Amino acid sequence: MLQLWLIPVLPLVGFLLNGLLGRRLSKPVVNVIACGSVLLSFLWVLKSLNALGVFSGGLEEAYKEHYFTWIQSGMLNISVDFAVDRLTAVMLMIVTGIGFLIHVYATGYMAHEGGYYRFFAYLNLFMFFMLVLVLGANFLLLFIGWEGVGLCSYLLIGFYFLEKFATDAANKAFIVNRIGDFGFSLAVFLVVIHFGTLDFTAVFEKVNAMPVESAAGWMTAISLLLLVGATGKSAQIPLYVWLPDAMAGPTPVSALIHAATMVTAGVYMVARSAPIFLHSAHALDIVAIVGLATAFFAATIGLAQTDIKKVYAYSTVSQLGYMFVGLGVGAFSAGIFHVMTHAFFKALLFLGAGSVIHACSGEQDMRFMGGLRKYTPITMYTLAAATLAIAGFPGLSGAASKDLILEAAYEHAPWMYWVGVVTAGMTAFYVGRAFCMTFFGEYRGKPAAKAHGHGHDDHAHGHGTPHESPASMWIPLVVLAVLSLAGHRFFPIPAFLEPIFPLHEGEPEHWLEYVATAFGLGGLALAYLFYVVSPGLPDSIASTFRGPYRLIYNKYFVDELYDSAVITPTIEGSRALLWRVVDARGIDGLVNGVGTTARGVGAVLRRMQSGSIRSYAAWVVLGSIAIVAYIGFRGGVL
Amino acid sequence: MPVSFPAGVEYLRILPEIILTLAGVLIMLLEAVWSDQRRTVFAPISLAALAAALWAAMASSYGPAFSSMLAIGGSATFFRALVIVVGLLAVLASSEYLTRERANGAEYYALILFSVVGQCVMVAANDLLMVFVGLEIASIASYVLAGYLRDDPRNNEAALKYFLLGSFATAFLLYGVAWMYGLTGSTNLSIIREVLLSSGAPSLGLTGVAAALIFVGLAFKISAAPFQIWAPDVYQGAPAPVSAFLSAGPKAAAFAVLVIFMVHFGATAEQLQPVLWACALASMVIGNFAAIQQSNIKRLLAYSSIAHAGYVLVAVTANSEIGAAAVMFYMAAYALTNIGAFAVVTHVARKGERFVSMSDFAGLSRRQPAMAAMLALFLLSLIGVPLTGGFFGKFYIFKAALDSHLVWLTVLGLLNSAVAAYYYLRVLVLMYFHEPGEGAEELPAAGASLQIAVYACAIGTLVLGILPDWVLDYASKAALK
Amino acid sequence: MITSTHYLVLGGLLALIGTLGVLTRRNVVVILMSIELILNAANLNLVAFARELNQIQGQVFAVFVIAIAVAEASVGLGILIALFRNKETVDAGEIDLLKW
Repeated sequence: MLQLWLIPVLPLVGFLLNGLLGRRLSKPVVNVIACGSVLLSFLWVLKSLNALGVFSGGLEEAYKEHYFTWIQSGMLNISVDFAVDRLTAVMLMIVTGIGFLIHVYATGYMAHEGGYYRFFAYLNLFMFFMLVLVLGANFLLLFIGWEGVGLCSYLLIGFYFLEKFATDAANKAFIVNRIGDFGFSLAVFLVVIHFGTLDFTAVFEKVNAMPVESAAGWMTAISLLLLVGATGKSAQIPLYVWLPDAMAGPTPVSALIHAATMVTAGVYMVARSAPIFLHSAHALDIVAIVGLATAFFAATIGLAQTDIKKVYAYSTVSQLGYMFVGLGVGAFSAGIFHVMTHAFFKALLFLGAGSVIHACSGEQDMRFMGGLRKYTPITMYTLAAATLAIAGFPGLSGAASKDLILEAAYEHAPWMYWVGVVTAGMTAFYVGRAFCMTFFGEYRGKPAAKAHGHGHDDHAHGHGTPHESPASMWIPLVVLAVLSLAGHRFFPIPAFLEPIFPLHEGEPEHWLEYVATAFGLGGLALAYLFYVVSPGLPDSIASTFRGPYRLIYNKYFVDELYDSAVITPTIEGSRALLWRVVDARGIDGLVNGVGTTARGVGAVLRRMQSGSIRSYAAWVVLGSIAIVAYIGFRGGVL
Repeated sequence: MPVSFPAGVEYLRILPEIILTLAGVLIMLLEAVWSDQRRTVFAPISLAALAAALWAAMASSYGPAFSSMLAIGGSATFFRALVIVVGLLAVLASSEYLTRERANGAEYYALILFSVVGQCVMVAANDLLMVFVGLEIASIASYVLAGYLRDDPRNNEAALKYFLLGSFATAFLLYGVAWMYGLTGSTNLSIIREVLLSSGAPSLGLTGVAAALIFVGLAFKISAAPFQIWAPDVYQGAPAPVSAFLSAGPKAAAFAVLVIFMVHFGATAEQLQPVLWACALASMVIGNFAAIQQSNIKRLLAYSSIAHAGYVLVAVTANSEIGAAAVMFYMAAYALTNIGAFAVVTHVARKGERFVSMSDFAGLSRRQPAMAAMLALFLLSLIGVPLTGGFFGKFYIFKAALDSHLVWLTVLGLLNSAVAAYYYLRVLVLMYFHEPGEGAEELPAAGASLQIAVYACAIGTLVLGILPDWVLDYASKAALK
Repeated sequence: MITSTHYLVLGGLLALIGTLGVLTRRNVVVILMSIELILNAANLNLVAFARELNQIQGQVFAVFVIAIAVAEASVGLGILIALFRNKETVDAGEIDLLKW
């Protein structure tokens, strides 16, 4: 036994200590508990993986630990098992490693916030659920982790709960995710009904034993429902709307949960369920198309955002889209590879953005930044590394994984490759734009300005000029920068995952890579031209293409559409239909008939009537008549 | 005509009912004899009686009693234990409230005990007569409880509505029972079952109509649509601890009887399946969508209880052993969760129940972190978040439904539970993400017995969510009988 | 010759009258009486069936129903008196504090 259970339980202990005693502990103690528990968990991951021979070419087969039988009844047998295979190993490294860096960063970032211990307690709790999600050896444990991370994400988005905006964002995240979870839970039910078990190994053995054609219907249904779950958690069309708003949470949360780990849970889940998806070509195609559409649309929205965190948020949605494209075209290892490289550079982008926001005393609007290269050199160089990585600069981590996905997409369908390449160009442009607007030019913020805009991330310690962040913040930045530049060389994921996801045979065509690189560099160059060389240009372009610009700027009005098409009708409908018509008018009309209206119409009387016993009795009678008549007619008595 | 006396073991089988009845009578007598100072002993007496009855119910052997009027089996034992626990928790949650309202009377405790007796008789019934008698004992006591504070117009109205509509619906049930007797020639459920299975069975159409009338009476008690109409008014108007009791005990007992009928009425009950299907769906939809509109927390919980009756009806519709087990598990989880939620509401409401609006819960996490955390746990369980009893409850219900090929009902049910998250979440948001309102009064710490009730419910909810095994195991075995 | 069918039809009519009474009458006391009518309809059925089947069960059942109906009526009147002291009305239409 390797005692894998320690991996999630250590952060749980951190959560309990900080959550129960944190109020009475001093900040350094809270820090040590929060970061220490995650560090220990990380070290335990390293030790376990080492023991399993991951670093010396071992772990070809999954390693499983059985703890106890959780539920045993005629209906269902579920045990608490943790399992590690190479896929899990990758996720464990990402979650605990990046998680630790972000915890360290947060100690600096949150130093001036109220509810300090509470924040770290939630963060530790998140780590616990995320690790359960990754380690769980059956669908139920996966689901529990899945719901748990959702809950923590909800708590952390709403952390600045005095802001209505943050509360709304938290609500939105939770509710949108409920829709996704609805799909996921249906999928789990179907799995249990069809296979009689939820254990991954057992289910996939049965799946693999099936011929592809005969099982298509079931497999497609399960796959598509799993995909619904994944679109919720991983912010894909049509359920992506919650992620950009989720940026209302503190920046370390955005980096950890909404960039590096939780949002990739959907990708992990699809990759984990690969045997099921591979039995349904349709489902895989839909995964690819959803991913590609998300990548493209989110990138166009990213072009026009001015809030630095929003830019990176849409970029996250877009990059997650890439991962789904990878999965959908069958290049599962490329998708997971991108999960890792994305975790590096996107966590860095967010942490860098946090550092920038910190430097500007809470400002998030890029239009009020600029010229920060003088004040925050470390942040600038590290952010430059991340920007180049995401833009697909040759030889860096982002390019390595993205090119693999694009090559696989080309083999699958060339048009997908082209859409992907254009998206890559847009990506390079908007990250370049964000970089130029923050670090080049002159500082455009108000000196000694306190936070405005949305006012979250409020660091009210009024420094007049921008300033570099403390060491606890920039050291994680440097580590992540190194990983963004060269992480793919330390961890060659596709080769590593070969036992699970076989690699493609044959040499890819080299020109595909060159074209993608060209688009990336072109995007960067264009951003430099627009925002550094001739800063007036973007405005004139925006005014020339006012219509499209407005459309993009307002994110295609999707939020408004959802509001007016789904949310308002649901609420209004229930108000109008059930509450007023059925209860107040419908029964009244039936019972009291015209009489009521004649005896002095008006809302007052109607309202008085609707609490009436006799209208209630009419309900009972009507219901009874309906039921008895139905049974009577069916039975031939009436 | 030979007279046969019941054997000793048969008395042991109804020992819970005997204990509770005697304790109820004793309390009434003591009230007449004792002076006002000794009023505090009524709660301990009833708690002791309920604890003894719980022990007697768990220890009781299986088998028929009193010429097969009652039949103690796995299901009866499970539900008897459940309704007694509900009574226990209701008493614990009440004493603070009664002291606060200066209404610490003996009759309150006696009525709770009598109502529990009625519910025990219902769930152990093996004869239509016992179903009716048990139902009436339970109901009549709860009518009075709903109007317990007789100077409060809200209490008066709740009691009157509950009484008139309840006895109206019960009258339908009785009329159906009379027909069932006439058609099958017996009131004994075992004999009815044999007659309905035999070749000389009466026409399905006639027994179906009789069963439909019986269903009306039971659907009223479980507040299933379209017979849910009384529930919001009564839960809102009745004293908060009474609402807690009403939403758990009588409902569980009525579901137990419904399951008994589904088993014994065979093909006749299968005819009802489309009706159950529609009622389940209607309850979920009406309960959840109307709850979105509510601003009074008691009313919100009332609509939520309608929706939950809908979920449980889904399992009844499945009409299988797994379904019966799911009903038991869900009712246990739901009873604990709901009593806990109402207990917290009881505490926050203060004297005269002035603070029962949703906005009164704003910032509760700051004012009373422990109570807020507990209510949050109960709400999460009502949503059905994993690691709470509500999650496994829904899990088993929808699994049972899918096993019986009720695909659409499952899909619609799951969609409903997604909608439901919205209004529970509003309370959570208010408690955790808002500042206390202007008019918020200083909230004293909850009394010891209320705290015990709340924590017991919380532990139960968590145990059912983390270790559902033993309850489920028991339920599955009981359902096989 | 009066057959069981006659009793059953009479019982059905009583049940119908009772139901209509509950729906149409405003006075709570009269509503209560209407409910009692339905209970008596059931009683009539029980006794008629017992005669038809040559059994005692149905008659015993009817005795139980009568006893319970008394208890129910007394509780109902008690509740009504409590309400009347506060509101001074027995009109079901005016009892509507709780609604929606």
